[in-house]
Amino acid sequence: MYKYDHYDQAMVDARVAEFRDQINRRIAGEMTEDQFKPLRLMNGLYLQLHAYMLRVAIPYGTLDSRQMRMLAHIARTYDRDYGHFTTRQNIQYNWIKLEDCADILEELATVEMHAIQTSGNCIRNISSDPYAGAAADEVTDPRPWAELLRQWSTFHSEFSYLPRKFKIAVIASPEDRAAMRLHDIGLELIRQDGALGARVFVGGGMGRTPMIAPEINPFVKAGDLLSYLEACLRVYNRYGRRDNIYKARIKILIHEIGADAYRRQVAAEFAHVKTFGIDPPLAELERINAFFAPPAYDAPDVEPDRTDPNFAVWLDQNVKPHKQTGYAIVNISLKPLGGIPGDATSAQIDVMADLAEKYSFDELRVTHAQNIVLPYVAKSDLYAVWHALRDAALADANLDLISDIIACPGLDYCSLANARSIPVAQKIATRFADMDRQRDLGELKLKISGCINACGHHHAGHIGILGVDKKGVENYQLTFGGSGAEDVSIGKIIGPGFDEDGVVDAVEKATEVYKELRQGNERFLDTYRRVGLEPFKQAIYG
Amino acid sequence: MKLLTGNDLGSGAVTWWTGNGWSIHVEDAADVGEHGEATLHAEEGARRVNAPYIIDALPTEDGPRPAHIKDRIRALGPTVRTDLTLKPADPAAGDWII
Repeated sequence: MYKYDHYDQAMVDARVAEFRDQINRRIAGEMTEDQFKPLRLMNGLYLQLHAYMLRVAIPYGTLDSRQMRMLAHIARTYDRDYGHFTTRQNIQYNWIKLEDCADILEELATVEMHAIQTSGNCIRNISSDPYAGAAADEVTDPRPWAELLRQWSTFHSEFSYLPRKFKIAVIASPEDRAAMRLHDIGLELIRQDGALGARVFVGGGMGRTPMIAPEINPFVKAGDLLSYLEACLRVYNRYGRRDNIYKARIKILIHEIGADAYRRQVAAEFAHVKTFGIDPPLAELERINAFFAPPAYDAPDVEPDRTDPNFAVWLDQNVKPHKQTGYAIVNISLKPLGGIPGDATSAQIDVMADLAEKYSFDELRVTHAQNIVLPYVAKSDLYAVWHALRDAALADANLDLISDIIACPGLDYCSLANARSIPVAQKIATRFADMDRQRDLGELKLKISGCINACGHHHAGHIGILGVDKKGVENYQLTFGGSGAEDVSIGKIIGPGFDEDGVVDAVEKATEVYKELRQGNERFLDTYRRVGLEPFKQAIYG
Repeated sequence: MKLLTGNDLGSGAVTWWTGNGWSIHVEDAADVGEHGEATLHAEEGARRVNAPYIIDALPTEDGPRPAHIKDRIRALGPTVRTDLTLKPADPAAGDWII
């Protein structure tokens, strides 16, 4: 894992001191809320329905046990004993007091954490593949590149006031586990004739106008990547709309001028930017790479004993192949039956930290699906890990099943939401409580947003649910056919919306249609794509 | 009736104008009637409460009930964590929201 040097630490410490002063001035009445709001947002502090909400950055979703324990400590000491892991691989706390905020950030800084780039119209926290460094299918570890982008983007003075927020994802596998093409910029690291570089996709996103990012460049050499991204951002910063918040994202710019025109402008800007010399020298790349060296693998290649049937089910569902013989990738579901997707108590966070320290070379990942990953677990330790998870109510074997629901906080917490998301997730998970039934349905990614901003990624759900306000009453639209994976697609609205119970019934009917029509090993998504919407509509609307 | 609400500057807690101060309990909220805007501006100037705004509510035997579900959730707390609401011991509290 990357470790701060004295520049990193000095920057973060200085930022904490600066924000402490700003908070004190606000509390003393020396600043209005209008003056203070942009300052607090630059430090991840939102005002939500019930309290301030602090969103803490977890760069590319990677953290160690010391940092994870700090997250538990913050939850226990300053919040209400839990945290909420988000779809941008961060964590947020829902009950923060303004007067505590500087102390919290000071404590986070002691473990090389902060809340910078979690709000505002800047380049947000870089996201990546939660299996990075462990995935059998990766061409290289994307984390050093994500770290390079973090260093480039943090406090980038030219890009601190972009037309709108800007999200970047980096992956290095053909399998997309980061919804890469639904980002403002998506990078897929590839090798071409042995040379490392990246496919560059620009202009994707969800929100009220969902778009899949077109490929702007099929191969940018690794040594040119920062300059190329700088050029991509410069063109956006120059031409992106600032007069209309709903048309300010880069996807709108590219949609309006066309990918070809944008590509040409970036190429011209790149020729200029390349003369700046911002691409790091080889020595700096090697310095960063060294932080992500593979751990000291030494486990024997033994298969776990599958005698315990519950353990065997968990193995099959939540444990994934590792690139290193003798090791496995463990997914910890934060989707217990009837629970709140992405929430974990401080005690559970501590348990996961302990397991990472003992069994996963001290490392964890947060996934965009609001789960946690232990990336380096010896197969011989899997049974012990499962036991410990089970004791902490963290061993639900439902990864990628219908109850592994992404849900935004919705109207229960969020000031932007129009409808509640969490109760719908809880009702669907409860309706499908029978795990045999869930496994029979197979991979079915269900995602719920409480408003059009789509924080719950509903556009990318095999089944998506969007909560809207219909004359003061919660109403839920269903979309089918979305995907955030390598077969990326945007879901389509199937028809009129439903009330809370109605949408649960409609989801159930859709699964029945799928079971009736599926062929072979087709997933719900595959069947929907083959047969189209009509049979589902007939069953749901009659 | 109309209520004036906002979030407390220090704690961020939802707060309601009582006629002469602020309370976290919507039951204490006063009908601001036609004077809402004036009170809002005065309190905004005092800088103790964030983002104050005026809402519609209905008078009930148990006190004012905000007209919109969003403000009822604000008044009580998250429907999915009744233990974190202002009435954690009242199992029926959630019914008041819905």
